[in-house]
Amino acid sequence: MEYLLKNGYVVDPANKIDCERKDIAVKDGKIVESVDESKAKVIDVKDMLVMPGGVDLHSHIAGSKVNIGRLFRPEDHYKDYEVKKGVRRSGVGHSVPSIFTTGYRYATLGYTTVFEPATPPLKTVHTHDELNDIPILDKACFPLFGNNWFVMEYIRDGKLEECAAYIAWLMRSVKGYAIKVVDPGGVEAWKWGGTVQDFDQEVPRFGITPREIVRGLVKVNKMLGLPHPIHVHANQLGVPGNYKTTLRTLDAVKDLAAGDRPIIHLTHVQFNAYGGVDYLSLSSGADAVADYVNKNPHVTIDIGQVIFGDTTTMTADGPFEYKLFTLLRGKWANADVEVETGAGVVPITYSRSNYVHAVMWAIGLELALLIEDPWRVFITTDHPNGGPFTEYPRVFSWLMSKEARAKVLKKLPRLARARTNLKDIDREYTFYDLAISTRAATAKILGLSNKGHLGVGADADIAVYNINPKEVNPSKDYKTVRQAFAKAYLTMKDGEIVAKEGEIVSAPVGRTYWVNTKAPQDIEDAVIPEVKRLFEDYYTIRYENYYIPESYLACSAPIQPLEPAG
Amino acid sequence: MKVINAVLCPGCGSLCDDNEVYVEDNKIVKVRTDCAISTSKFLNFNKDRNTTPLIRVDGELKPTTLEAAIERVARILVEAEYPLIYGWSLTSCEAQKKGVELAEEVGGVIDNTTTVCHGPSILGVQDFGEPTCSLGEVRARADLIIYWGCNPSSAHTRHMKRYSSLSKGRFRLPEQRKVVVVDVRKTPTARNANLFIQVKPNQDYELMAALKMMLQNEEIEEQEVAGVPVEQIEELAELMRSCEFGVLFFGLGLTMSEGKERNIDGAITLVRELNRWTKFAIMPMRGHYNVTGANKVFTWQTGYPYAVDFSRGYPRYEPGDTTAVDVLSRGYNDATLVVASDPVANLPKDAVKHLCSKPLAVIDPHISLTAFMADVVIPCAFVGIEEGGTAYRMDGVGMILKKVVEPPEGILPDTQILDLILKRVRELKGGR
Repeated sequence: MEYLLKNGYVVDPANKIDCERKDIAVKDGKIVESVDESKAKVIDVKDMLVMPGGVDLHSHIAGSKVNIGRLFRPEDHYKDYEVKKGVRRSGVGHSVPSIFTTGYRYATLGYTTVFEPATPPLKTVHTHDELNDIPILDKACFPLFGNNWFVMEYIRDGKLEECAAYIAWLMRSVKGYAIKVVDPGGVEAWKWGGTVQDFDQEVPRFGITPREIVRGLVKVNKMLGLPHPIHVHANQLGVPGNYKTTLRTLDAVKDLAAGDRPIIHLTHVQFNAYGGVDYLSLSSGADAVADYVNKNPHVTIDIGQVIFGDTTTMTADGPFEYKLFTLLRGKWANADVEVETGAGVVPITYSRSNYVHAVMWAIGLELALLIEDPWRVFITTDHPNGGPFTEYPRVFSWLMSKEARAKVLKKLPRLARARTNLKDIDREYTFYDLAISTRAATAKILGLSNKGHLGVGADADIAVYNINPKEVNPSKDYKTVRQAFAKAYLTMKDGEIVAKEGEIVSAPVGRTYWVNTKAPQDIEDAVIPEVKRLFEDYYTIRYENYYIPESYLACSAPIQPLEPAG
Repeated sequence: MKVINAVLCPGCGSLCDDNEVYVEDNKIVKVRTDCAISTSKFLNFNKDRNTTPLIRVDGELKPTTLEAAIERVARILVEAEYPLIYGWSLTSCEAQKKGVELAEEVGGVIDNTTTVCHGPSILGVQDFGEPTCSLGEVRARADLIIYWGCNPSSAHTRHMKRYSSLSKGRFRLPEQRKVVVVDVRKTPTARNANLFIQVKPNQDYELMAALKMMLQNEEIEEQEVAGVPVEQIEELAELMRSCEFGVLFFGLGLTMSEGKERNIDGAITLVRELNRWTKFAIMPMRGHYNVTGANKVFTWQTGYPYAVDFSRGYPRYEPGDTTAVDVLSRGYNDATLVVASDPVANLPKDAVKHLCSKPLAVIDPHISLTAFMADVVIPCAFVGIEEGGTAYRMDGVGMILKKVVEPPEGILPDTQILDLILKRVRELKGGR
C-alpha cells in the first residue's frame, strides 16, 4: 500500500525539519522519497501537525507486576471499559488497562513504539506473553540486573568479562533489550526485610556496594555494545533528600564516559529529586539535578511526571513499595523473585491538596524545563507510577504553557509553591522540543535508527494531529493542544493506518525487539557451564527451561549490538 | 529409545520441570521422578482415551466427524443467548486465550475453576494485596514454613522437597527450618512438623485474629481460641515474630471452610502485620497445573482473573453473580461449553442439574463425567504431553510445556479446535 500525506506541517527534529509544509510519501511500510500519486492513497492533512510516531522508553505495560496491579484493583477498571467493535477487542482501563486496550490507547495518542522497562528474567515468559498480545505497537523489555546474584558476585570479584558473558547469555536467553538496574543492592537487602540506606553501604551477605554495581554494569554495557545505556532506577527512591544519592549515582560513572555518548539513563527522576530531610520539609531538588545534567553529557533522564488523581504504583523496588504501604496502609502486593529481583505494587491517589504530592508534581515539570537540551530529557509519567500514559497530553500542555502551569500552581498548598521553583520558570516547550523529547531523542537513546524520524528509509510510523502549529499559540491555547494530542487525527504504523480520530482501524502485530548480544566465545564457553552448574543450586526451574526460543515472540526483531564485543 | 529431560509435569500447581521422560515408538515407557502423581499421569494419561468426536442422538452419544461436532458446538454457542464457557485449568494459556476470544465473540460468560478453589484467595488479594515471593525465595531463605489448611505431603508431593521445608537453599538447609502445620486433623504433613496446631473446623479466622492480638501484645482472657490453648498460640506468634524469613502456604482448608474470603483477608493481614517485625510472605497452594495461568491470561486480556461476563460487549466481573456456580445454580445460562475440566464431578448438585438440562459441549482428552452428560464431545490432545504451550506455576513463574509424544491420529490440540469453532461461530453470525 502506498500513501501520500499531503500539505501537513512536518516536525521532524532528527532531520532538522521544524514546522515545514511538506508531503510525506509511504510505500511498503517505509518512508520513501516519492510515490506515484495516481496509485497512492492521497490523504489531505492540510495545516495539520505531522510528527514521527511517539516512542516511549519507559512505561510499565506488560509482565508480572503489571498483571498483579490489574488483578488486585478491579475498582480501577469498573468505570472505564471499551466495547468490542470491529477489529477492536473489548477491554478495560484505567491506570492498569487490559492488554489490547493498552495498545489501542497508545495508538490513539499517536505513539507506535513503547518499551517495558522492567522484567524479572525468570518471569520474562510472562512479559513476552503480554507483549505478544499488545496490538499495533513495537516493543521490547529490559531485564533486571541490579540485584542479580551472579552479577553482584562477578563484579565483586572483579570478573567483568565473565559478568559481560553472563549478561550476554541472559539477554539472548530471555530476549531482552537493555540492562535495567533498580535500587542496586537494595532489593536483595529487602529480601531479608532490610534496605540499603546509602550508595556506599554494603549489600548484606554479598560484600558489594550499589556504587560498585552501577559502575560495573556501565562497563559491561560498553563491552557488550548494547544499543541503550544502562537504565537506572536509583537507590533511595521516594526518600526526602534523595537528590544527593541521585547526584552521587551519576557522578560515580562520570569517569567512564568517552565522548558525548550518554552512558547512563536515569529514569523517572522526579521520584529521585527530593530535597529536605523528611516529608515535612520536603522540597524540590530538581534544580541541582538539572544543573548536573546540563553540565554532564554522559547522562540522560526521563521525568516520571505526577498526575493528580488515582493510579497504581508498581516497581521492582520492593522496599520502596513497602515504605509506601506503611504510609498509606491500603493494598500492598510484594513479589520477590529468586536470585534476580523483586517487585511491589501499591495503589495511590495523588492529591492537589497534599503537600508532598504537590511538590512531586512541580519537580517533574521543573526537570523537563530546567534541563536545557531536550535530546537528554524525556517526557514520561513512568506509567502508571506517576499517572497513566493517557495523561501525556496534559503534561505536554503544561510544558508548552506557563499559563497552564500557573492555573494548577495556584490551587496547590502555599508551602508547596514556596518550596519549588516552578513558578519562576518561564520556559515553554515548542512543538519542536516536544517532538524531540517524545520521539526523536527517545528513539536515538534506544538505538532505533528507523524510529523517531521521517527521513527516507525510516519505518512509516507517523502521527498526524489536528492542530495548526503555525496558527495555534500553545502558550495560550493549551486546551487545544491537549485535545489535539489526546486523539491523533491519524496514526500510521509501518505504513498502515491503525487509528483515525480515536477509532481503531486496524490492529497489526507489532515487533518485539531484543539484542542478539554475544561476549567473546572463549569467555562464554567458560562462563556458561559455571552458570549452568550454579543454576541448579540457585533456581527452582531447570536451566533448559529458562531459555525462551525466538519462535515464542509473536514478531521477533533481533538487533545486533553497536560494536563488536570485546 | 528417546530420553527427554527437563519435562514439565502437567499434574499440580508445583509444575515441577525436572522430569525425565523415556519414549519408545511414540509411547512413554518410563518416567524418572519421585512423584507418584506425576508418574501415574505420564504413564496412564492414554488409558480410557476417547478418540472419536461424539454427538448425542436419541439420547445416546454416537460417533461423528470432527466437522459435524464443530458445527454442533458452534451452533449451540451462537443460538444461546447467554452461554457459559467453563474450565481452563488443565490446558495451556494459548487455549485459554482462545476461550476468552470465543466468550467475547458470543457474548457469554467465561469462568475458570478458580471459582471453586482459590476464588476466595483472589477476593482476599483484591481486598488487601498479597505479600508473596517466588518459590526459590522460600528455598533460599525461609527458616519458618507454615502450612495452613493444606497438605502438600499428599496433594503437592514434591513441594516440600523441591521448594519448601525439605529443600536445600543457598542460605538455608532443611534442618535450619521450622515447620508448622495448622489443620483440623493430623495430616501426613503434620506428622513431620515441628509444631502441629489443631484448629477446630471453621474457626481459622478466630485463630488468626488471636495471633494478631498476640503480635500486638494484647491480652487474651480466654483459655483457648478455636480449640487451641492460648499458650500454643503464643508459641506460634513468637515463632512467627522471631523468624528471619517466614512463609505461610495455605490451601482449600482456608478458602473453602466457613468464612471463605474473610479467612484469606485474615491470613493476608496477619502476614502484613508480621512484616513489621520480619520478612514474611504468603502463597496459595494452587491445585491444577495451569489454574494460575488461567487467572493470568484472563487478567491481562480482560482486567479480571475469573468470572468474566461479556454479555454487554465488554468485560464485567461480579463474583457471586458471574461466577460459574452462581450462573448455573440460578439458571442464568442457556448453554455450556466445558474445556479441560469436569464440573459434573465437582460442582454443587443444583449447578450440575442445570448444566445437564441445557445444551452442553465438552472438549477433553478423556470421557469425563461431564462428557457422559454432554450433547457433543470433541476429543483433544493431552496438553503438556502431546501438545506444548505455556503454563504458570503457583508462584507465577511461566514456563513452556513440552510435547513428548504425538497425539493419536486425527486428534487436534484444544487450541486448534477452539479456533475452528471460533471461525465457524463468526461465519454463522455473519450469515444472520
